[in-house]
Amino acid sequence: MGQKVLLSSKEINIILHRLACQLLENHEDFKNTVLIGIQPRGIYVAQRLAKILTEEYKVKHIDLGFLDITFYRDDFRRGDKPLEATKTKINFLVEDKKVVLIDDVLYTGRSINAALTALQSFGRPSEVELLTLIDRRFSRHLPIQPNYRGRQVDAINNEKVKVMWEENDGEDIIYLINR
Amino acid sequence: MSELSVNHLLGIKYLKESDIQLIFETADHFKEVINRSIKKVPSLRDITIANIFFENSTRTKLSFELAEKRLSADVLNFSASQSSVKKGETLIDTVNNILSMKVDMVVMRHPNPGAGIFLSKHVKASIVNAGDGAHEHPTQALLDSYSIREKLGDVAGKNVVIVGDILHSRVALSNIFALKLQGANVKVCGPKTLIPKYIESLGVQVEMNLRKALEWCDVANMLRIQNERLDISYFPTTREYTQQFGVNKALLDSLAKEIVIMHPGPINRGVEITSDVADSKQSIILNQVENGVAIRMAVIYLLASKIKQ
Repeated sequence: MGQKVLLSSKEINIILHRLACQLLENHEDFKNTVLIGIQPRGIYVAQRLAKILTEEYKVKHIDLGFLDITFYRDDFRRGDKPLEATKTKINFLVEDKKVVLIDDVLYTGRSINAALTALQSFGRPSEVELLTLIDRRFSRHLPIQPNYRGRQVDAINNEKVKVMWEENDGEDIIYLINR
Repeated sequence: MSELSVNHLLGIKYLKESDIQLIFETADHFKEVINRSIKKVPSLRDITIANIFFENSTRTKLSFELAEKRLSADVLNFSASQSSVKKGETLIDTVNNILSMKVDMVVMRHPNPGAGIFLSKHVKASIVNAGDGAHEHPTQALLDSYSIREKLGDVAGKNVVIVGDILHSRVALSNIFALKLQGANVKVCGPKTLIPKYIESLGVQVEMNLRKALEWCDVANMLRIQNERLDISYFPTTREYTQQFGVNKALLDSLAKEIVIMHPGPINRGVEITSDVADSKQSIILNQVENGVAIRMAVIYLLASKIKQ
């Protein structure tokens, strides 16, 4: 099993700043926009972006939520293990808001499909966008593409992208692992 | 995530402590779901569940049905009073007929103790016991413990007294198993005729004096006198029962600390508890009902995830 570094801490930081700027360009003051991180790993990207936007770009207030998609997934009873749920925390209505769904790795698109279904339980957003830190090209099962992407990679099916965060794993780093 | 150690929920007796914790953690997520404006998730859209009730039930049946519908399962309802059971069909035949219509899970209430266990050995479906005679009512015990955990933070180390008809109560037996498994201290209180012999062998203590029991406890679970199961007279009059084992506001207020009042329902107001106690802020009776749906969703979800495609 080999692994190589896809992005270092410094590169991740630059990419997050670029994504924050792209969000700013489209959403300005974030009055009508909400950020929703997809559990379990998308929340770290969402939290970092919200932090950069409020602290460095002086956005006054950002609605940030976490969405758990476990009960909406289409692979219930298909895997060996039961799916593990995590917490959903959305303290605002998404009715008529612009929603930016945020995840760390976009692969088959099935998680995003489930997230779009799950999102319907919280109202009818006026628009939904997708932001992903890593976009695994050529591996989609569904016609889903990101509006904002950190880095596009070509990874074959037995490779895995592993995103690690300082607050959770000790350092910011992204590996491409060959299984 | 770990999974349940069992394929059926037949009784608390067959569960491990880790199973209970897993059910509670899953129920936490479902409680969040049922408090949304859209209270439904699509997880079980390919599962069909039959609710088979050979005994009357309002709360449990509604709670199960709601839980199943919130998970998007297809639901079949069947009550014995309108069925072929009256025409002499056996239990296994009845259930196998229902299962041949491709049903994945059976929720059953039956007047005979062990009916669920019997069924689980003879039919291919996941069985959830919704009460079997005076034996067990596992989902009730789970939601009771879940409500205690929600109110007091933890079940371990808490003092719980179960008051009333212990002899005929499946709620009492399941609660005793569940509470002991989680490390709570349990006492039972009631007329001597309604307390089973050798109940101490389950690790509970008997307290005949209600006031002493209430002074000792953190939580009092008040049971109904099951008149439909009383074949002989176990106490002289209902009035005398109420005087000795009924909880009223004056008694509650005279205690040194605030205890939590629970009741599995249906309440006979003025018998085991007075109206002002049932509706007081110390009572968590309606929370129990709400938690019942979340707990049943968790149980059904976790059992369904073990049904292989």
